[in-house]
Amino acid sequence: MKRALFHITVFVIVVLSLLPFLWFVNTSLKTSLEITSIPPVFIPSGTVRSYVSAIKDYNLLHYVANSVYVAGATTVITISLSVLAGYALARLRIKYKGLLMGSLLLVSMFPQISIAGPVWRILEGLGWLNSYQGLIIPYVTLTLPLGVWILTSFFSELPQELEDAARIDGCGHLQTLLRIMVPLAAPGVFTAAILIFIYAWNEFFFALLIMTRQTVQTLPVGIALFQGQFTLPWGEIAAASTVATVPLVLIVLLFQKQIVRGLSSGAIK
Amino acid sequence: MKLSLIARERIFASSLLVPCFLFVVFFALYPVSYSFFLSLHKIILGLPSLGQSFVGLDNYRDLFHDQVARHSLSNTLLFVFLSTFFELLFGLIIALVINRQFRGRGLVRAAILVPWAIPTVVSSQMWRFIFNDKYGLVNFLFYGSHTSLYAAWLANPLTAFAAIVIADVWKTSSFAALIILAGLQLIPDELYEAAEMDGASEWQQFTQITLPLIKPALLIALLFRTMDAFRVFDLVFVMTQGGPGDSTNVLQFYGYKKIFAEGLMGYGSTISVLVFFITFIIALFYLKLIGTGLFQEKQ
Repeated sequence: MKRALFHITVFVIVVLSLLPFLWFVNTSLKTSLEITSIPPVFIPSGTVRSYVSAIKDYNLLHYVANSVYVAGATTVITISLSVLAGYALARLRIKYKGLLMGSLLLVSMFPQISIAGPVWRILEGLGWLNSYQGLIIPYVTLTLPLGVWILTSFFSELPQELEDAARIDGCGHLQTLLRIMVPLAAPGVFTAAILIFIYAWNEFFFALLIMTRQTVQTLPVGIALFQGQFTLPWGEIAAASTVATVPLVLIVLLFQKQIVRGLSSGAIK
Repeated sequence: MKLSLIARERIFASSLLVPCFLFVVFFALYPVSYSFFLSLHKIILGLPSLGQSFVGLDNYRDLFHDQVARHSLSNTLLFVFLSTFFELLFGLIIALVINRQFRGRGLVRAAILVPWAIPTVVSSQMWRFIFNDKYGLVNFLFYGSHTSLYAAWLANPLTAFAAIVIADVWKTSSFAALIILAGLQLIPDELYEAAEMDGASEWQQFTQITLPLIKPALLIALLFRTMDAFRVFDLVFVMTQGGPGDSTNVLQFYGYKKIFAEGLMGYGSTISVLVFFITFIIALFYLKLIGTGLFQEKQ
């Protein structure tokens, strides 16, 4: 009886987690007639019409390319800076460590609106509205706390002896970091990279403000603003949504251990 | 002059920190204070010829009397309360389930991570479609094929608000679950074995052992979820645009509309400052409550 209840709970959790999105994937494979029919069509005809139309009429591939570029660049830059800062915070003698970590935590909790106006003005002054760097810079700023916190926690778990040995062998500080510590902290780097990429891939608020020209917009902006002539193009929206989500689902399936570790690192001490 | 080893380490450490904190200072800390500066001025984006005249606290006085702002504040607080409450509740249930040993546990964990990974804009469109007034799944579940009964869920103040809470809870309960799960895994099995020998019921074990020991994890999940719920924007932008009649308007969306749709850079910035201070105070409150050794310095 108890076992049955447990299995039912598991089943309900899985169904509730997956079903709404599967319904949307299902919708992306329907004809417009099937999408609006009542009762709903549960087995779609499998047409790829929505995908073709999303690519041809809505420039889906442009959005994908922009998203790949912005999220990729953000990840590379944030990780590089986080490795440096995380190492210093975890392994070196520095003053005001608490203050620095605290200010990062504070930034990670900033509501975007509290900096949106000024960031927009700064970017406008630099002529960087509607440019990739104009979006990458706020993304790097907002993902740095995440990256630094994860890497600080990874670096501080590494044994001191290896570092000492490298020193005795005559490695300088920078060499020790790049040759010894970074390879050892590779799992942490990877974990942080996944989370930062997901953040940048999904971010909508700043993308909406900064990218007003369609040619530079990222996927979330595109998906939010798809407009039909009379009704909403649900097939195309569902198709673009599927395209935006499939890479993330693959990442989750392949790297769930790292994600779980990253989300709970620093949180539980 | 030769520097001591410690001094050299300090200099090296500082140089590693500089690039990171350049970003943080110029694009996060400076903008926050700049928001405060802007909020003391009258600036209209569409009319640059007006310049920016200093108006003191006028904008704040206007904000205080702004009915829509008040409404957005109470909506935001209600949204934060409802969504974090349900996220922690469902997060706890999911965590308790995944914490057990059973076949296919990895797959179940991956399944609950899917909503967390989906872009919020995508989940917003998805729920908007599910709540659609003409061919949405919710209408079909309630009324079958009786289309005359179909309700426009997102056009009714109460159900529109509920829809946004549901969409948020669906997406982020798994995040709470993972944080709570990490707390659960720290509890040694011996505690439960000992309790069982003493004849404690399962419910007693849960309230006497599990709950007190996962309190830190619950607080951290609560902190992160509260902060995140405060900046709800995507859901409102996609699903309701704050409507009907401001019933789902929230502070972040209202501030966005004032600054970027209406171009009221000065007045909109008062909302930015308000939101900043509210979240700042809540964060400080939680951090004091949690009080972990997160900030211990290396001696």
